[in-house]
Amino acid sequence: MSGVSFKTLSKIAGPLMFVEGVENAAYGEMVEIKLQNGERRQGQVLDTRQGLAIVQVFGATLGLNIGDTSVKFLGETAQLAVSDEMLGRVFDGLGNPRDNGPKIVSKTKVDLVGSGINPYSREEPSEFIQTGMSNIDGMNTLVRGQKLPIFSGAGLPHNLLAAQIARQAKVLGGSENFSVVFAAMGITSEEANFFVKQFEESGALGRTALFLNLSSDPSMERLLTPRLALTTAEYLAYERDMHVLVIMTDMTNYCEALREISAAREEVPGRRGYPGYMYTDLSSLYERAGKIKGRNGSVTQIPILTMPADDITHPIPDLTGYITEGQIVMSRDLHRGDIHPPVDVLTSLSRLMNQGIGKGSTREDHRSLADQLYSSYAQGKDARSLAAIVGEEALSDLDRKFMKVANDFERKFVNQGMDENRSIEQTLDIGWELLSELSDSELNRIKPEFIEKYRKKSGAGA
Amino acid sequence: MAEGIISRVSGPVVIASGLEGAQMFDVVRIGDMGLVGEIIRLEGTKATVQVYEDTTGLRPGEKVINTKRPLSMQLGPGLLKSIYDGIQRPLDVLREQSGDFISRGKVIPALDQTTKWEFVPLKKKGDHVSPGEIIGEVQETPLIMHKIMVPHNVKGTLTDISEGKYTVNDIVASVQNGTKVDIGLSSWWTVRTPRPVLRKLAPEEPLLTGQRVLDTFFPVAKGGTAAIPGPFGSGKTVTQQQLAKWADSNVIVYVGCGERGNEMTEVLSTFPKLEDPKSKRPLMERTILVANTSNMPVAAREASIYTGITMGEYYRDMGYGVALMADSTSRWAEALREISGRLEEMPGEEGYPAYLGRRLAEFYERGGKAVVISPEERVGSLTLVGAVSPPGGDFSEPVSQNTLRVTRVFWALDASLASRRHFPSINWLTSYSLYADGMGDWYKNNVSATWIASRKEALEILQKESELQEIVQLVGYDALPEPEKGVLDTARSIREDYLQQSAYDDVDTYTSIRKQFLMLSTILEFGKMEADAIKKGITSVKVGQLESRKMISKIKWTKEDQVEQLVKDTKSKMQQEFSTLSMEASR
Repeated sequence: MSGVSFKTLSKIAGPLMFVEGVENAAYGEMVEIKLQNGERRQGQVLDTRQGLAIVQVFGATLGLNIGDTSVKFLGETAQLAVSDEMLGRVFDGLGNPRDNGPKIVSKTKVDLVGSGINPYSREEPSEFIQTGMSNIDGMNTLVRGQKLPIFSGAGLPHNLLAAQIARQAKVLGGSENFSVVFAAMGITSEEANFFVKQFEESGALGRTALFLNLSSDPSMERLLTPRLALTTAEYLAYERDMHVLVIMTDMTNYCEALREISAAREEVPGRRGYPGYMYTDLSSLYERAGKIKGRNGSVTQIPILTMPADDITHPIPDLTGYITEGQIVMSRDLHRGDIHPPVDVLTSLSRLMNQGIGKGSTREDHRSLADQLYSSYAQGKDARSLAAIVGEEALSDLDRKFMKVANDFERKFVNQGMDENRSIEQTLDIGWELLSELSDSELNRIKPEFIEKYRKKSGAGA
Repeated sequence: MAEGIISRVSGPVVIASGLEGAQMFDVVRIGDMGLVGEIIRLEGTKATVQVYEDTTGLRPGEKVINTKRPLSMQLGPGLLKSIYDGIQRPLDVLREQSGDFISRGKVIPALDQTTKWEFVPLKKKGDHVSPGEIIGEVQETPLIMHKIMVPHNVKGTLTDISEGKYTVNDIVASVQNGTKVDIGLSSWWTVRTPRPVLRKLAPEEPLLTGQRVLDTFFPVAKGGTAAIPGPFGSGKTVTQQQLAKWADSNVIVYVGCGERGNEMTEVLSTFPKLEDPKSKRPLMERTILVANTSNMPVAAREASIYTGITMGEYYRDMGYGVALMADSTSRWAEALREISGRLEEMPGEEGYPAYLGRRLAEFYERGGKAVVISPEERVGSLTLVGAVSPPGGDFSEPVSQNTLRVTRVFWALDASLASRRHFPSINWLTSYSLYADGMGDWYKNNVSATWIASRKEALEILQKESELQEIVQLVGYDALPEPEKGVLDTARSIREDYLQQSAYDDVDTYTSIRKQFLMLSTILEFGKMEADAIKKGITSVKVGQLESRKMISKIKWTKEDQVEQLVKDTKSKMQQEFSTLSMEASR
């Protein structure tokens, strides 16, 4: 099929183009579309049969017409030229330079839609990443090779949190060969500038590759942007031995683009009009995080999504949560209470936490301390809502104590400055300090030997 | 070999034309890469094929070859300890051959073709053998003796059988009955066909899992079916893995269906290190893993459930107790939905195909305790535990509902319990087990005559607690009368000292049924003593400060061999402390 051009468009509907007379276009083959005025656009084959190819157009369909527009089948599936040079550069959503720099030239070209990692080849992620954020390090620990999304809502400071993680993240005692790949899908230029500025200020821009598809850019490009970013990340991780942190924002926009193309193809919709294969599609992105046995690098993902109307059961956060290894959930109530970062620790979760903590990585008491903080905070929150109905006086003494723990937990533990980088020791010690309200026997999640050892150490009395 | 060509490619669905004589569910090889697919619709000489591998790059006009055989798998020694993808390709061999990323068009035999197994005949030349009869054994792993059975369609006189070392493709015996039939060390079976049994039996023995909330309150029977629905983060996978680790089954088949890659890695790295509590052998020696992670092709995910259950049935036929965990059946149902959508079928509820309920029922019906086909009476069981991932944790969706219609145990995972780190977060008010009553005799004979009563009492206390909680919400805890506070104390003790169980603690991760009985009876006894003491005017606060109260909370962290002693000490301490209290009160 390579290099053959067709001018046989029969139909253009939404982002789809029907090209007649094409005998054997490959499924997933890339095409170049040439408009009457010489302008070029890219597209990809979505459905192919003898005599017809359905092509998805990346970019606007403005100016396309039946008769003059020519479609050239390029004979290859989507590929990306990758090299070290990509670090420090800014690209658009299709991988073309956006920073007036030269195009990336490299002999290494890799398929955008790679095949999955063999589960047998995966190495269990277990290296603790210290983000300097108490709510993450202490309660929902991130490890290398994990995918931990931030579930946020409109108007919540998820960008601040993501930028702070990118700035502070480090592995204790590890030699650093660290890079960041940033994929923006449909975010505003203001938000994009914020991230660029953050990377600049922290000096990280030189080891960051940015792929920016902004709100004003064509929505169909968004389907490609995260794949470009992840392909780059995999190259850096597995071929160049780097530890790559991939930030993808906003996944909600990605999913909406997916819905758009599905609607255009007149597919049977699943929940809320999103296609039935959205789980599979999202997992083809998220599952690209990980580590591989015998290779030094790793891909850690922090996807960000805004939950429509803060609804965690909406298909986008729901399907994401089923794929990712936990989630960091932002809370509007805490944000109103001027807590930064406003992370709702109780609904947040890190599934790989146990692998990354404990003796030898953080501290032996970490697990049980976190469990105790969780259950005390949960009880304290219950007591607080009870107090709102029956009044604080009607609470039992114990409930009052837990309520104090819960309040302190939010104000001292979760709350931290935007520039405050806490070591894991500091985080754990603050935790012990909070528990000083409670007597030894109320610390039912902690082994007595740890109470003995760490409670005294942090100077809190029983 | 009939050959046709591709006429259309749309995602995982390919339409092939010119396939003469194709049959439904024939396996075909597609395109120049030779991708594996299966025929799911026929129209004239046009065949619709679901492809088990990524179809990117396929072009109309490429060839399609019909293997004229439905999706089938080789069953024989070497299945245990393996990790397969959805269509029974060993992932470790796949890695050796094609590297860290799964490449396409590879066909790899499921069983190692070169390993020589020591075959020990149990029958001799001249013996008459019938279908299903065991003619010999192979020590597959130190835990499992692999039985070599006469195929279902063969009977006659053994003309040849000899001890020795054989590969899976070698012939170990021959049977003469008019014609000569060879029996190999391995056999083939089509995965979508259930392996038949003589008759099914009522399940009446519990599958002990070492998980207190399951064994005590909501037990599943050997040969039973259970569903675990729950929203994400509620602990489905941990529960499934705990079952795979500790269930007292002979063989475990764990199907990771459309789930996380890192989770399968965790299973792979932890199972070989874990020991079977009885035999002290690595758990891997009785385990088969099927890993079709979410980023692997969707059609293979659909097949992976059948691959897993066929292997389960095969070991059941040998007379073993087998447990199969499928995590998660929702992903399997979504695969059905995706394929159905590509076929442009009229959708049923929420886009799922109309036959979703039937397919789920057919799957669970393959479980059960049964007398297997064999002249000697041989009983095997296949327990099925399916995780369900309902969108938004809403159990009213089609997959949950269709599953609940056919399963008899319901373990309801609860997000609010999970968020306060009550694990396993199985809701004790909404979960149920329809087997519990039918297994009363077993408990009477093997645990204690009072077991059923204790279990019921504990459940009633928990029920009562939820009613009292509502009152507390209105009037506050302090306004409750003392006896009710006593009930809340006991309920809390059941929840915290009994139901909460840590999967990550070396001791707490597994509790024998004997230890469960001791723990529960101690807690209930304490509750009774507290109620009596309250009647005598002692406050619940006072009771809460007793030393024996603290001792109860330590039982779960105590090793099995020290439990009897600790429980004895605790009970005598209770006696002593309560009598001191009542003496003080009467003064």
